[in-house]
Amino acid sequence: MQNIFAEHTCPSPTPPHDDVVHSEAFLRTLMRRQLQLSIACAAAFMIVLFGLPIANYLAPELMATRVFGFTLSWLVLGVLFFPAVWVISWLFIRRSISLEEQEVKSVANVRKE
Amino acid sequence: MSALLPLSASLAFLGGVDPWIFGFSAITVVVTIWMGFRSAKTSKTASDFFVAGRSVSVGWNASAISGEYLSAASFMGIAGMVMSSGYDALWYPVCYACGYLFLLLFIAGPLRRFGAYTIPDFAEGRFDSPLFRKIAVCFVLFIGFFYTMPQMKGAGTTLAYIFPGIPYWAGVAIVGAVITLNVALGGMKGITLVQAFQYWMKMFAISVPVFVLMAVYGGYGAHVGANRTAAESLAEPAAIVQTIDTPRATLPATAPSDVSWVSPFGPLTTKAAKAAGLSPEETKPYSLLYTYSLIIALVCGTAGLPHILVRFYTNPDGVAAKRTTMWVMILIGVFYVFPPVFGVLGRNLLPELYAATGAKGTDKIVLELPRIINERYGIWGSVLSGIACAGAFAAFMSTFSGLLVSMTGALAHDVYGRILKPHATAEERMRMFKIAAVVIGAVSVVLGSQVEQLQINFMVGQAFAIAAASYFPLLFMSVWWRGMTMKGAATGMLGGGLAALACTTVINLSDLKIIDLGVFWRTNPLIRILCEQPAIWTVPLAIVLMIVVSKATRTTVPSDVRMKMLVLHAPEKLGLKQEYIQEHSAGAGH
Repeated sequence: MQNIFAEHTCPSPTPPHDDVVHSEAFLRTLMRRQLQLSIACAAAFMIVLFGLPIANYLAPELMATRVFGFTLSWLVLGVLFFPAVWVISWLFIRRSISLEEQEVKSVANVRKE
Repeated sequence: MSALLPLSASLAFLGGVDPWIFGFSAITVVVTIWMGFRSAKTSKTASDFFVAGRSVSVGWNASAISGEYLSAASFMGIAGMVMSSGYDALWYPVCYACGYLFLLLFIAGPLRRFGAYTIPDFAEGRFDSPLFRKIAVCFVLFIGFFYTMPQMKGAGTTLAYIFPGIPYWAGVAIVGAVITLNVALGGMKGITLVQAFQYWMKMFAISVPVFVLMAVYGGYGAHVGANRTAAESLAEPAAIVQTIDTPRATLPATAPSDVSWVSPFGPLTTKAAKAAGLSPEETKPYSLLYTYSLIIALVCGTAGLPHILVRFYTNPDGVAAKRTTMWVMILIGVFYVFPPVFGVLGRNLLPELYAATGAKGTDKIVLELPRIINERYGIWGSVLSGIACAGAFAAFMSTFSGLLVSMTGALAHDVYGRILKPHATAEERMRMFKIAAVVIGAVSVVLGSQVEQLQINFMVGQAFAIAAASYFPLLFMSVWWRGMTMKGAATGMLGGGLAALACTTVINLSDLKIIDLGVFWRTNPLIRILCEQPAIWTVPLAIVLMIVVSKATRTTVPSDVRMKMLVLHAPEKLGLKQEYIQEHSAGAGH
């Protein structure tokens, strides 16, 4: 991360356009890191989302097992799905806010030098 | 005496009206309109609304987004569809709620940073193209009309329930006229506090009757358990699984069987293949395809709904936009557990609704079910049913008003103010806003009165399918891919969106028996499914078109695309937005 900024070090405190923030490398790392996080969270979500119909298709007896009167499949889709998504979104927000803080800090460091 | 006769004749439609139900509904309507006018006095212009909104906390803002989102489909349609179709309908509430995750992961933060108020604003700003704005604005109207039809059905159904004497279309016309007038007079702007209040009102109105019903008639699980699965009916064909106290009345012939209702791949997803005469084993792959296409439509569609995205600009920054989305997911997730309970209890307690169609069918289960408590506890059933009706009014009134405001804005501001008469005075624009509101309200009422036979939830799903194939690819690709050009974005959005629009229109016309395609659907079940749930091919189509056309026209990528991308993705603390605005106003001398 840091070495990317090293070659773009700029002495002026409020540089117009040649400082790190406007460099190609900064934008690329910025977008890549945020997209990686988003895709990782989306993948976790999609495994559950697209996995459930497959489970219903391939293992109907298992998914019809009774749990508190519900079928297993009904319990997962009608009730448990919501908290699972809350957990994914909570993890995403925590990670993405700390990513932003890191970015701000690293830019501030480079600008100071 | 004789003077009273015409009066009593004109009040004849009040015959059979339950005073409790009427009272609660009337109070809701009056309070909603009064609150709208009161708040409208304090905020006059569109920018007032946005700027004032930015001082609102995450909690209020999340309640307001949830209040605007929960429409007649959420309040009445899901329960009706769970009752009529069983397990498969559960995908609707789950995806309505989980679609917000996609919005959160890919769109909410960047879009807030970019600072455009609406999708057409974003389309114009991202590609520096007023032309593209005009193309993008069309879909506000397409999606809007598809979304207003189910709201109108909800209105017609609710009024036909409260006043058993009046026909369905009259209910649609009355509610449509009241809301249109309200919007045209400026009494209904998307005021944060009103919308937030409406969320809590809907939450109260759906949860309290559910808890009372479960306390009296047995729990959610017990009522699902009264439906035998395939294995159970094989094991003990004669025995009746007794998990609830009151044995169920015999189901009408039009109700699905226990096994198909409680298991995946039931009546909703297998209808097309069954009509083609395929065996149960052969229908399963079709059913799986239907399910996946439905999931894609709902999840991607949520991330592309125009009237929801507007609300994200009332967050102070990208971080708050993300926090708000998280709270919205919690608020609506909790809400969406309740409507299916009505459907499940309704199947056992009020099966006679299966025999009726249209406004008297399963779509009114949320309203009617609480009234059965009257059998045991006097008037309390009517009180609860009144509360449910009040929630229904809150649901379709808030959503219809929100849609009417955004569609009227698109027509008056973009079509009239920018295309037809660019130099119109403020007074002319104001008058045009009122005319546009009345025109759109009238069209909505006419469309709404035609769709009595279609399910509320199904129609909302179609609006989502159109949004999924048009706005979602536009937003997703424009935010994450620098190589997008205006031509690429426009081709993809039009290609995918119009394909979805055409498919859903054909399905509706054929389901309403306006055109006869019965034989064609029976011989081509696959085409029927791909038309009924087009997202599985229209979303990829839109994205592929965007990539191919953008590559072909790569010389027209906006020259300051790197700066735009920085504004979209870099934390606000770096202050890039201000820099971008300065540069833009300096450079945009044309």
